[in-house]
Amino acid sequence: MSRATLGRAWDSDLFYSFRHSPVAVAAAALVLVCIGGALLAPWIAPHNPFDLASVDLLDALAPPVWASQGKAAYLLGTDNQGRDILSAILYGTRISLRVGVAAVLFSMVLGVTLGLLSGYLGGRVDALLMRIADVQLSFPAILIALLIDGVARVALPREWQAGMAVYVLILAIGLSGWVQFARTVRGSTLVEKNKEYVQAARVIGRHPAAIMLHHLLPNVMGPVLVIATIHLATAIIAEATLSFLGVGMPPTTPSLGTLIRVGNDYLFSGEWWIAVFPGAALVVLVLSVNLLGDWLRDALNPKLR
Amino acid sequence: MHRVLPRIALGLACALALAASPAHAKTFRYADQGDALSMDPHMFNEAVQLSFTANIYEGLTGRGKKLETVPLLATDWKQTSPTVWRFNLRHDVKFHDGTPFTADDVLFSLERARGEGSDVKMYVGAVKEIRKIDAHTVDIVTHDPFPILPSMLGTWYIMSKAWCEKNGALRPVDVRKATENYASTHANGTGPFILKSREPGVRTTLVPNPNWWGKPEHNVTEAVFLPIANAATRVAALISGEIDMMEPVPLQDIARIQSSPDLKILQGMEARVIFLAMDQKRDELLFSNVKGRNPFKDKRVRQAFYQAIDIAAIKSRIMRGISVPTALMVGSMVNGYAPELDKRLPYDPEAAKKLLAQAGYPDGFEVGMNCPNDRYVNDAEICQAVVAMLARIGVKVSLTAETKAIFFPKALRRDISFAMLGWTPATLDSHNALFALMTTPGEGGQGQFNLGIYSNPRLDELTTRIASENNPATRNAMIAEAFKIHADDIGHLPLHVQPLVWGMKKNVEMVLLANNFILLKWVTVK
Repeated sequence: MSRATLGRAWDSDLFYSFRHSPVAVAAAALVLVCIGGALLAPWIAPHNPFDLASVDLLDALAPPVWASQGKAAYLLGTDNQGRDILSAILYGTRISLRVGVAAVLFSMVLGVTLGLLSGYLGGRVDALLMRIADVQLSFPAILIALLIDGVARVALPREWQAGMAVYVLILAIGLSGWVQFARTVRGSTLVEKNKEYVQAARVIGRHPAAIMLHHLLPNVMGPVLVIATIHLATAIIAEATLSFLGVGMPPTTPSLGTLIRVGNDYLFSGEWWIAVFPGAALVVLVLSVNLLGDWLRDALNPKLR
Repeated sequence: MHRVLPRIALGLACALALAASPAHAKTFRYADQGDALSMDPHMFNEAVQLSFTANIYEGLTGRGKKLETVPLLATDWKQTSPTVWRFNLRHDVKFHDGTPFTADDVLFSLERARGEGSDVKMYVGAVKEIRKIDAHTVDIVTHDPFPILPSMLGTWYIMSKAWCEKNGALRPVDVRKATENYASTHANGTGPFILKSREPGVRTTLVPNPNWWGKPEHNVTEAVFLPIANAATRVAALISGEIDMMEPVPLQDIARIQSSPDLKILQGMEARVIFLAMDQKRDELLFSNVKGRNPFKDKRVRQAFYQAIDIAAIKSRIMRGISVPTALMVGSMVNGYAPELDKRLPYDPEAAKKLLAQAGYPDGFEVGMNCPNDRYVNDAEICQAVVAMLARIGVKVSLTAETKAIFFPKALRRDISFAMLGWTPATLDSHNALFALMTTPGEGGQGQFNLGIYSNPRLDELTTRIASENNPATRNAMIAEAFKIHADDIGHLPLHVQPLVWGMKKNVEMVLLANNFILLKWVTVK
């Protein structure tokens, strides 16, 4: 990237608004910390919680290091199996982010494609797709995710299940979230498709697929990016919810939700750190992603400028 | 006005409905981590189910507050020859639907309990036939002399012949196939409580039987049984007063409950041993990357697994120091327990690695493990710990921990390679454990819960002889020999005797039984 491009980006409206929004800067910094921690987990985590051979049950339930029984090796304490909570959070965030990002990308590709088709083609295709969307909107997304997850569990052979858990989650959460994308894109498409540039493209005989891809898509992507950011937070929460309910990541490769579920059983007995630290990590991650999404929505909305 | 009137009427109706339930009604609400899977007393041989249905159904014999054998539907019995027992049945007993209880029901229940689909065959396996002498007298004939017969019959519940015929419930449904019939959701026994409503997995309501033959010691006017799988939710329900009693209390929460001014803990040792079973029958394991041979057929592999398990760590961390690690398949409160044999092989991961290498698996292997997660105290946590311990000797275990409604049918179909199970001998006698867990599976119910199909002909023979042996000393010597054979073969991997912890409100009086039967007939709420 040349110096000129960087300069242009720095001077752009979007970046100007970013520089002048302390909340957005703070949120972005937190997101970067989370992403950095997740990506670098294998190098910065003090232990590898997925390597069962390194876990010692005798270290189980150690409190955080500043408590009287704390052990120096375990900064935030250990869980009921002797896993280091800090490492488990770093690795768990990795899974949560991976599932979240992949599920949003999946929702986005599916939703944008169906939304474009629906808006541009209209007629029966539109009616069919939007009625499916209506049906899906009539019950909570988490139910759909639970359903898909349950079916996948029955359908998949047992030896694949542990390895496939991540992909099943991505599919389940992705399929439960495409409607928002499709609805938004359809709306924008309906507006855009009657504008001159689209009509011009149609008159010169471009293929409908090319019109959708080259002419419409770039002009409907703005709102999609906003939805994607906000949806990322929802997807991370959905993953945590499914894992908390025991249908997400298995306890041997815990995500944040799995860690909170395990810790939930120890809240009454005073071993609060098992649930509280992963819970705090989840809150920070989701809140910062959400704040960033809010800022992006306002920044891209010309009416609010 | 015409709009207001119905609202007033509705309000009045609500007020009346509230007033109609007397404030002093002793509704007893209690929770377990799992549901009784069926109301059919012959369908599944599991303590939660047998315990729950024991409120509705009764056997000829039963157990008293000290688990001694007491008469229930039989008033008395005597042995008329080594293989014939004369049982006098109780007069004037009626089933809940009003039909009288007679010898025909006993004969019918025998055929039902030993027929197709029954999971309680082992309790009547010794019985050759039952002869009806008159409407209230039967002769029970055993194949061989069977001195512990009255104790054995305690978990064989009597059903009404007429009711089963009328409702097409002549046979229990097979637990391995997991379907339902009329008797799965309805019940008609002679016991102190009547099934009022049943919502599987949600709640089951019982009301007292006003025509019960016995003198009620309880003051319960309605009992509601709620399965609550999540341990923290169960504790919260007890603390908030939503339920009157629950079990098992999560071990980490015992202190929390004891410190509450309104709650108390009843604690003891359950007569239940938790152990791991390994498939020793198949030529190739169902769930493993070892093809063409079964590693569990090699004793060195079984011993490596045994010595890789750090039972002291499981006791101190997962069981909070209140389990009793054991080398045997029965606990110390069971007749035939042999303290001199209760010595575990030492925990030694290095030796375990060597044994694996000798057996031809220097880098370990992969195997699938099945566990329930709502049946035994900290079952899934124990399995998870075992998985981590085996990882240290190079064995990669993929764990499936799931609800017992899925786990048990799978386990009983032998759809497993490596699984957790717990066992309480219903008779509190070692013969029951030998018969159900260690003998080669057969038609008479033997080896019914021998999930790994461990088999040793000498142990089979001993078990048959133990059943008919009258002399206690000889009998216990044979039990000890059988236990020694099983321990030398490493037929299973015994873990520990699990603690029995009930949590309840202070105003509730109950009888803690080592077989973990929660019997409403001894519940009083002040």
